[in-house]
Amino acid sequence: MAVVTRDGETGVAAGASRPAAATRILASRLFTSMAGLDWLAKIWWTCLSISLFAGLWELCWAMGWADEKLLPPPHIFLSNLTEQGKFFNTATRWQVGTSMDEGPSAFESVLITGAATTARVFAGLVIASVLAIGIGVLVRYYRFFDRLVLPTITLLSPVSPIAWLPVAIFLFGIGNAPAIFMVVVALFFHMVLATINQIDTVNTNFINVARTMGASKAQIYVRVIIPAILPGMLQVLRMNLFGAWMVVLVAESTGVGYGMGQVIMLARNTFNPSLVFFTIAVIGVLGFTFDWLLRLAQRRILYWLPDTAERLRGL
Amino acid sequence: MASENAPHFSSKDAVVCRGVGKTWAAGTKRAHEALRDIDLDIKPGEFVVFLGPSGCGKSTLLYLIAGLEDATGGDTWSFGDKVETPSPERSLIFQETSLFPWLTVWQNVSFGLAIRGASQEERRKVAAEALQRVGLIAAMDKRPDELSGGMRQRVAVARALAMRPKVLLMDEPFAALDVQTRARMQDFLLDVWRDSGASVLFVTHHIDEAVALADRVVVFTSRPGRIKTIYPIDLPRPRNLFSREAEAMRIQLTELLRDEVDRAFAEQEAFAVSA
Ligand SMILES: Nc1ncnc2c1ncn2[C@@H]1O[C@H](COP(=O)(O)OP(=O)(O)O)[C@@H](O)[C@H]1O
Ligand SMILES: [Mg+2]
Repeated sequence: MAVVTRDGETGVAAGASRPAAATRILASRLFTSMAGLDWLAKIWWTCLSISLFAGLWELCWAMGWADEKLLPPPHIFLSNLTEQGKFFNTATRWQVGTSMDEGPSAFESVLITGAATTARVFAGLVIASVLAIGIGVLVRYYRFFDRLVLPTITLLSPVSPIAWLPVAIFLFGIGNAPAIFMVVVALFFHMVLATINQIDTVNTNFINVARTMGASKAQIYVRVIIPAILPGMLQVLRMNLFGAWMVVLVAESTGVGYGMGQVIMLARNTFNPSLVFFTIAVIGVLGFTFDWLLRLAQRRILYWLPDTAERLRGL
Repeated sequence: MASENAPHFSSKDAVVCRGVGKTWAAGTKRAHEALRDIDLDIKPGEFVVFLGPSGCGKSTLLYLIAGLEDATGGDTWSFGDKVETPSPERSLIFQETSLFPWLTVWQNVSFGLAIRGASQEERRKVAAEALQRVGLIAAMDKRPDELSGGMRQRVAVARALAMRPKVLLMDEPFAALDVQTRARMQDFLLDVWRDSGASVLFVTHHIDEAVALADRVVVFTSRPGRIKTIYPIDLPRPRNLFSREAEAMRIQLTELLRDEVDRAFAEQEAFAVSA
């Protein structure tokens, strides 16, 4: 019985969707050529997740629970994009005397400001990772280095990055340098400790195999310990990525240069909630993209790791 | 102590231990003696199985012979040379897989050659030879996580063989495998052993495995590990493990081991009470 019903259904479906078939084939070809259909599913779920959140907000507005002067819903703060975009023109307005209508267009302003902030986050992440992994390895490689450096690092790691802000301004004044410094300082100490922890938990069998094969200490570090800690380090990096985004905004908002933080500050000073939410949306998109790129890189670099997410979900 | 006398042994022996002992964390409050007064002579090409209750120091002794840990008493020689550091001549194979997940199978197998700075061609050639001997030449370019547990241990054996070791040290290498795979791996190991000519020191707590593999079985006491007795298995190879002699040997080994396991249990219970 079941077989018959199913046959009937397929027949109907095939007849009805003849014109749609071509588009479907085209679309499926497009998506398989990208990276398979889970791509589409992932985008779909992301959109759904965001729409749900936005929808709830809109509902609150429609019911009159959310005052649109304080909590303007998405359709309001996204409506006058060109107006909002102009405020991102901090790059030029920051030089005294330039009028708001001069310089790059609204869209370009958003792009320039976003890129500036992103570049600072990226530079900070790279510098912090290289320094932290380097110093973490040195701490485990040389005992004297351990004794000399580790107490200070441990002492400084609980200090909030905010406390470093004056230092950043004293040392670097205004511009990119203090913002990057803030990102580095926010990540560096934790990442050193994380590196050391990763080294300590490397499978001793790996090290013993290398030793029996006649590897020197330097060879063991380069050929065994570094590749063995990479997965953990990238994980640490990803978790610190969002921290870096938070800190860079603080650095920018206190006047150490132009960027997203400046826009937020401007919005606060001019009491412009729409601009606040618009900026938050832009930051969200940037951070999300950054994390996604890092995940791609992680999969590229750590080709040997199996994907455990599906397995855990299947429990 | 035995080691203070002039050692009497043939410098041709694959492994010689005289009065070897190991106390972990010696000189601290957590010091505990794992091994005491081990005297052992292993001939080139001999297959010796270490049998004993878990925690009696079998792995410790293997690490000492490999040169990965320092003994706190006595000395070990291998082919006349004192064991002080690890050497590619004495390869250790572990219970859990110890293949590097970031390298392919052939890169794992030729890791030791890479350490010595051999060329890519030479490394591939040696790896191919070693993999041929373990019947995994087809898996050459695979990654370790694409292989089954048994295949991974064969790759680990190939990696050891690629170094042309004179002594193969194996620490419960098949313990994590299922019974059928384990039986196959035992046959495989005997083939490898026969055509490599190396001595094999094989740790297990399975009596069946000991009878299937060994020329001699070294039975250990519970902690601190000492040699209780050395039991020869003089069955002809290939062995019929269902023969009456094999059965009789298993029974005798079981008897020998039972006292030690009982003692180990009593000790653990006493420890649990005191802790
Ligand atoms: N690296 C180590 N540090 C401290 N104690 C150890 C270490 N390795 C083993 N031991 C101790 O030595 C004893 C013998 O262990 P082991 O040689 O692993 O026994 P077996 O292999 O026979 O099960 C155990 O009590 C164990 O806790
Ligand atoms: Mg053991």
